[in-house]
Amino acid sequence: MNSIDFSHKAVEMVDVVKKFGDFTANDRINLTVHKGEVHALLGENGAGKTTLMNVLYGLYQPTEGAVRINGKPLSVKDPNVAIKNGIGMVHQHFMLVEPFTVTQNIILGNETTKMLGMIDIKKAESEIAALSERYGLAVDPKAVIQDLSVGAQQRVEILKTLYRGAQILILDEPTAVLTPQEIQELVGIIHNLTREGKSIIIITHKLKEIKQVADFCTIIRRGKHIDTVEVDQVTEEDLASKMVGREVSFKVEKDPQPQGDRILEIRDLVVEDSRGIPAVNGLNLDLYKGEILGIAGVDGNGQTELIEALTGLRPAKSGQALVREKEITNLTPGKIIQQHGISHIPEDRQKRGLIFEFDIAENLILENYATEAFSKGFTLDFKRIYRNADQLIEKFDIRPQNSKLAAKALSGGNQQKMIIAREVANDPDILIAAQPTRGLDVGAIEYVHKALVDQRNQGKAVLLISFELDEVINVSDRIAVIYEGKIVGIIDAHDADEKEIGLMMAGGTA
Amino acid sequence: MTLNREYLKEVFLKGPLGLTVISVVLGFVVGAVVLLIAGFNPIEAYMAILRGIFSKPKYMSYVIIYATPLIMTGLSVAFALRTGLFNIGAEGQFIVGAMVAAMAGYFIHLPMLLHVPVCILLAASAASVWGGLAGYIKARFGVHEVISTIMLNWIALYLSNWSVTLKSFGKQGTGKSYVIQETARVDLFGQWKITEAGIDFIRSHRFWGDILKSPVNVGIIFAIILAFVMWYILNKTTLGYELRAVGYNPHAAEYGGINVNRSIITSMVISGAFAGTAGALQVMGVSHRIAKLAAMEGYGFDGIAVSLIGNNTGIGSVFAGVLFGALKYGGSKIQDAVGAPTEVINIVVGTIILFIAMPKLIRMILQARNKKG
Ligand SMILES: Nc1ncnc2c1ncn2[C@@H]1O[C@H](COP(=O)(O)OP(=O)(O)O)[C@@H](O)[C@H]1O
Ligand SMILES: [Mg+2]
Repeated sequence: MNSIDFSHKAVEMVDVVKKFGDFTANDRINLTVHKGEVHALLGENGAGKTTLMNVLYGLYQPTEGAVRINGKPLSVKDPNVAIKNGIGMVHQHFMLVEPFTVTQNIILGNETTKMLGMIDIKKAESEIAALSERYGLAVDPKAVIQDLSVGAQQRVEILKTLYRGAQILILDEPTAVLTPQEIQELVGIIHNLTREGKSIIIITHKLKEIKQVADFCTIIRRGKHIDTVEVDQVTEEDLASKMVGREVSFKVEKDPQPQGDRILEIRDLVVEDSRGIPAVNGLNLDLYKGEILGIAGVDGNGQTELIEALTGLRPAKSGQALVREKEITNLTPGKIIQQHGISHIPEDRQKRGLIFEFDIAENLILENYATEAFSKGFTLDFKRIYRNADQLIEKFDIRPQNSKLAAKALSGGNQQKMIIAREVANDPDILIAAQPTRGLDVGAIEYVHKALVDQRNQGKAVLLISFELDEVINVSDRIAVIYEGKIVGIIDAHDADEKEIGLMMAGGTA
Repeated sequence: MTLNREYLKEVFLKGPLGLTVISVVLGFVVGAVVLLIAGFNPIEAYMAILRGIFSKPKYMSYVIIYATPLIMTGLSVAFALRTGLFNIGAEGQFIVGAMVAAMAGYFIHLPMLLHVPVCILLAASAASVWGGLAGYIKARFGVHEVISTIMLNWIALYLSNWSVTLKSFGKQGTGKSYVIQETARVDLFGQWKITEAGIDFIRSHRFWGDILKSPVNVGIIFAIILAFVMWYILNKTTLGYELRAVGYNPHAAEYGGINVNRSIITSMVISGAFAGTAGALQVMGVSHRIAKLAAMEGYGFDGIAVSLIGNNTGIGSVFAGVLFGALKYGGSKIQDAVGAPTEVINIVVGTIILFIAMPKLIRMILQARNKKG
């Protein structure tokens, strides 16, 4: 436990209600955070976490209820009042000016000036350097934002709040965009901050992280306050079931099943990345029917390029990929989907997987709009398109149940369900699932894993790529470890040892 | 009833219609301020415009005639924009269409029922090539269509100017081509108007006679048909699905198996055909020939404005084209009526577009940010 000062209530939110029209996003929520405490806010997508924090930060006015900061009632009319009272917020989507430097971004709207109103950049730079030193927030004050990694941009956002004197920091899903290493760095930063007496409110739906950093956790479900618990006193399963409102199982249920015939064969495959460097570098791998083959590895070891080569989105430099002994390298995506039966849940669902402006029904036919199922000659058959959508919405529990809704109006979890529905409905022989649960909450993750196992049970071959080692171990039948563009080892998931795989992922030999 | 009103409010406030109407009103307000500053009475000036549009049937007919090519170039730009392409080249495609129609109308001898469609088809095809070229250059070499279409506009202009210097096609020394044959014209009652019966009719029928004094032609019907064709292609066909998918998100389209490069070319081909038809009908219905151009005539550029005001839809382009045609035609009257410069109309139109474009700009910036974040 961090050094919490229980006599000092930094934040008190009492019976806060926030309505948007008739819709109640926050329904009598209570939240108390002490000085030096890390308090997690847990809830499914759309539970109302961000809304609650926006109320605290003054972006929204509460419909009812009160906010007290350091024991004093405070009406936070706008973020400026919040900032003056020592509240800082790092939003889910960063608010940085990309072509500006770190320092310029941090002092924006808060510039210290020299004589004649000249901005004193030197002074600001040294102040920022001192702050980043103190809290272990490694960033170069002179670097330009667009050159920074996502993790570094997040550190800039944190620095920005500290520079403005924040005592209470709100972090909205800070880990969603980070790599595992960056997450560990963030955990370190959070500890540094609380040691200095700062209070942290962190929104996340990764239970492991809550266990790791938080002292207390408040669970919100559909806008309602479900419980506030001391993290040490509960298990991850407890948290998950409170959040989802039913029992959640982390164990992926699957019966053993004999390996089927080989369906995909990859031989000495070389694929270059966008800079022309071989990211996949002589890779060999076989995939069999009725199995889930998980690829474990640290981000950037050729996973993306491998998938893109297998799906026709990127040319292969040399080597082969064969589906049922037939070459698929350098075919078009359309041919690979239609003639070779490969379906693909893409890594970047917003970029590749869906078209924001299209409605659910249109998105569900992205690969098949021109097939007999959905068209007559040159024209689309809307009756069938919408009937198909209604069926898939029902079967895959896509919410809201409105096939005419634009994809951009769906939550991340439902967007993912929509993509999975489409790919599974293709009835593929091979399903490539790239980071299929990234950014999803536990309920949705459970759902996705079930869908993958279901495909495997039907005798399909599933290739799972994930940066979360837990996921790979839990879901797969066999695990292939990728390192620098090669498969460096294949392990049966039964005998999987996390340490051993971790070592192989880092380039060590088992 | 309340539900209905709520619905209308929703459509007006959230949809593009409200934005357009407000922008149009603001455009006129800004125009009025400019007139005031310049020392003219804006009410008088606007009344003059209104009189110039509505006081005679002939005037209204002229408005339609002015609007016809603008609707079609508007459709051309709108079609491309809906598929993610910015076709600045409607101007050049219009010129190519006009030139080819003038040639086909002059050189080819056919009965009218064949001659008209042949002229339009040849003109549209040539303009398709012109548009498709820009698409090909983008697909093959990654050159942005704005750059290539601007270049193609100039090439079209000089090609057309060169064509009228040809002995066989241009009347030497006049800078004009020979007029097209009667069989290639789409004027209504063109020949009949100059017969005795026609002259009689014009004299004795006030309304219809007055309308016939303008070069009435079937172009507007084509324009409306094309607006429908555009809507149909984009919304009802598998091709439209592909093109829209590529326009919204080429990465996802590629992932889904759509040939992105082919879509870009196809879209520019269709867009070019629309602009080319505009050029052809202008020659076949109004001018009957082409002339050496000192500069671009601006049909294609005005099409950009029409498309934007019409929210890049077929029906929107029809209304925006008529609005634009009315302003252009009615606006030409204020010089005589109150002595105010006709350019005020350009200010009005420019302001309308500015206001319409600004919220879009803001929305676009927001969307771009969201996609990154
Ligand atoms: N400005 C708003 N107007 C209307 N509804 C909103 C607004 N902001 C959020 N909501 C709704 O409130 C609910 C809670 O949203 P949010 O607080 O963002 O959820 P979370 O951060 O827990 O995922 C969602 O159903 C969302 O659609
Ligand atoms: Mg949120």
